[in-house]
Amino acid sequence: MKYFRLIWKNAWRKKIRTSLTILSVFVAFLLFALLSAIGFAFRGGVDVADAERLIVIHKVSLINPLPMSYMNRIAATEGVASVTHASWFGGYYQDPRNQFPQFPIDPKSYLDMYPEFTMPTDQIQAFERNRTGAIVGQDLATTYGWKIGDRIPIQATIWTKADGGRTWEFELEGVFSSDDPRSSTAVLLFQYDYFEEARAFGKGTVGWYILRVESGADPIQVANAIDLQFANSPNETKTSTEAAFAQSFMKQFGNIALIVTLILGAVFFTLLLVSGNTMSQSVRERISELAVLKTLGFTDRSVLGIVLSESVLIMLLGGLLGLGLGWLIIQGLAQQIGSFLPGIFLSPKAIVIGIGMMIGAGILAGIFPALKAMRLSIIDALARA
Amino acid sequence: MRGLQRILAMTLLNIRNLPKRIGSSIVAITGVAAVVLVFAAVLSMAKGFERTMISAGSDDTAIIMRSGSTSELNSGLSNDQVLIVADAPGVLKDGDTSVMSAELYVVVDVKKRTSNTDANVPFRGVQAGAFDVRKNVKLVEGRMFEPGKNEIVVGRSAQQEFLGLETGSTIRFGQSVWDVVGTFEAGGSVSESELWTDVRVLQGAYRRGNSFQSVRVKLLSTDSLEELDAALEADPRISADVMSEKEYYSGQAKGLSDFIKIIGYPLTILMSIGAVFGALNSMYTSVSVRGKEIATLRALGFGPVSVLISTMVESTLLALIGGLIGGGLAFVVFNGLQVSTLNGPSFSQVVFDFAVTGDLLVNGLYVALIIGAFGGLFPAIRAARLPVAQALREL
Repeated sequence: MKYFRLIWKNAWRKKIRTSLTILSVFVAFLLFALLSAIGFAFRGGVDVADAERLIVIHKVSLINPLPMSYMNRIAATEGVASVTHASWFGGYYQDPRNQFPQFPIDPKSYLDMYPEFTMPTDQIQAFERNRTGAIVGQDLATTYGWKIGDRIPIQATIWTKADGGRTWEFELEGVFSSDDPRSSTAVLLFQYDYFEEARAFGKGTVGWYILRVESGADPIQVANAIDLQFANSPNETKTSTEAAFAQSFMKQFGNIALIVTLILGAVFFTLLLVSGNTMSQSVRERISELAVLKTLGFTDRSVLGIVLSESVLIMLLGGLLGLGLGWLIIQGLAQQIGSFLPGIFLSPKAIVIGIGMMIGAGILAGIFPALKAMRLSIIDALARA
Repeated sequence: MRGLQRILAMTLLNIRNLPKRIGSSIVAITGVAAVVLVFAAVLSMAKGFERTMISAGSDDTAIIMRSGSTSELNSGLSNDQVLIVADAPGVLKDGDTSVMSAELYVVVDVKKRTSNTDANVPFRGVQAGAFDVRKNVKLVEGRMFEPGKNEIVVGRSAQQEFLGLETGSTIRFGQSVWDVVGTFEAGGSVSESELWTDVRVLQGAYRRGNSFQSVRVKLLSTDSLEELDAALEADPRISADVMSEKEYYSGQAKGLSDFIKIIGYPLTILMSIGAVFGALNSMYTSVSVRGKEIATLRALGFGPVSVLISTMVESTLLALIGGLIGGGLAFVVFNGLQVSTLNGPSFSQVVFDFAVTGDLLVNGLYVALIIGAFGGLFPAIRAARLPVAQALREL
């Protein structure tokens, strides 16, 4: 640290070049921040999945409903602590573009299943009491400016009512938020009882079941036991852990996310290469100066340190600025498009990886010129100058 | 004329000297190449997807679904309603029968080849008219399914993308077992991502009674759409949305292609900014390396304008080379690359090819030229203003 002033002065020896290098590193890491946040959204909750929760869907496809009668049979399976269900409503608010998930659910068991969703007790009670009540996540309430007491009409695309109507109106009884900033709350929940009574068809079925295994029970064993129970019935099931379910759903988007990641990874490294090359170039130009330093009594090791620190410093300057701006943008985006692309989030892990990459790239760009500087024979270097 | 000659002479000299500055030139070229590569790759994805979706629809086929449904998946029509559509005006007749296909659209889990994980593959029950209401659909392998049997024909793209769909194989969905008896092609359109069977068989297998989800009819002409729409609108027994198949598929494509573009364009801009910094850096290096050369030429009587232009040309040329490399790479690597993804509205997989089209490549080169111009401008100004005496003294 005692050489900081020297390193700083050295770094700004050519102001334009250093500024440009810092700026391209800045752009690279801004890109990195945005991409890892989008990648996080694409991973769709794999990282936030609860290991003790299992999802039971119809074996043929997620869109096939399961009989309501499975509820008790699943609950009675060994190793199952509690079970609840949800269904896909698939409606929209005012305009077909305003789509977000709406699930008819059983209030008590569903909210018990997802303890990460928190809501004031009086709102929970009000929701349980009101047949046509609904609750929404904070993200949705923000997007559409909803307040408790509002009446929210949702247009059904699948579920017409028995009376032929397609508009389902709900009273907003509560707004929940999530303990975990990573999980999306862009969802509207309403009472299954109301749904079941009013829908024109499909009665007696639910979309999927969610269950919690007893602590200590092996989730895989429980999953197999459930699937075995319904094997060879008209409605066979496929049970998987929440993480595996989220993962396989994400894989449906498949190669696209992978390809985007690959392309952008390549670009990111190109930008680093560009800036790394410039840095080693600037060291090469200063060989004679380094020789002077050594003449003045600087040890080999401190010359190595000085050169390396300079290159790491430049990477850190640009990189941290980039990550910082990225973070700000993502905060803004999450507010703006939280319901459009839910789960956009810059994870602490990504930040740590980013900083690691800055230091790594700084060392990589500086190491060869630095080694050269360290091994420099003073006489040769001065002679060359 | 003399001025032009000087500019030309200086530019040529400059270009001939390029190999001496190979290091920083390569850095600039790489930066631009990467931008154009990504630009072309990301947008070719949107292009390919749109092409697959839109080529499926024709103007003279109408699709009728329950009013308010956003896709076939969440529509529903009774047999009676289908008969009303069949008798409606504007529908093309072949003798006494209408050219139409009432269909059921469900989703089955089939494993994807690339990931070996389940994917939502569209499974369509069709009537005999299915091949007449769609253009370009033809059986290329095996035979047609027999009505009433658990037999399917599969689209070429689906066969390439998902496991176990070869003609002659047997596939199980839950309790039911199906024989794959044939393969069809549809000019690379979205229909090729689907599995088809007899609609009656599918109704039975999925306990859908006598209901359908959509009806496709061939129109007398493209103008008959309004006539058909008005007739159904006036009929109290049916509440349906009528649109041309083309319009329907454009709507289905919009979400995903907009999403790709919303991500693609800002990324391109951001990366271009990064590449401009790279180009600026290498051009400043170039100007400072050539300091003596420029000063000497100025002393010989070359004007500042020729210095300026020659530097700009160098930068633009480097960017152009980068653009060509990036565009070429995108074409070689991505053009025709087959992928599949989940399309939101139909909640099922669409198989499509990346399309690195000519206009995309041309736009990519524009991007490269813009980067080159920005990257060259300031260094060129500096070069033109270089104080001759001082630069020469540094010799």
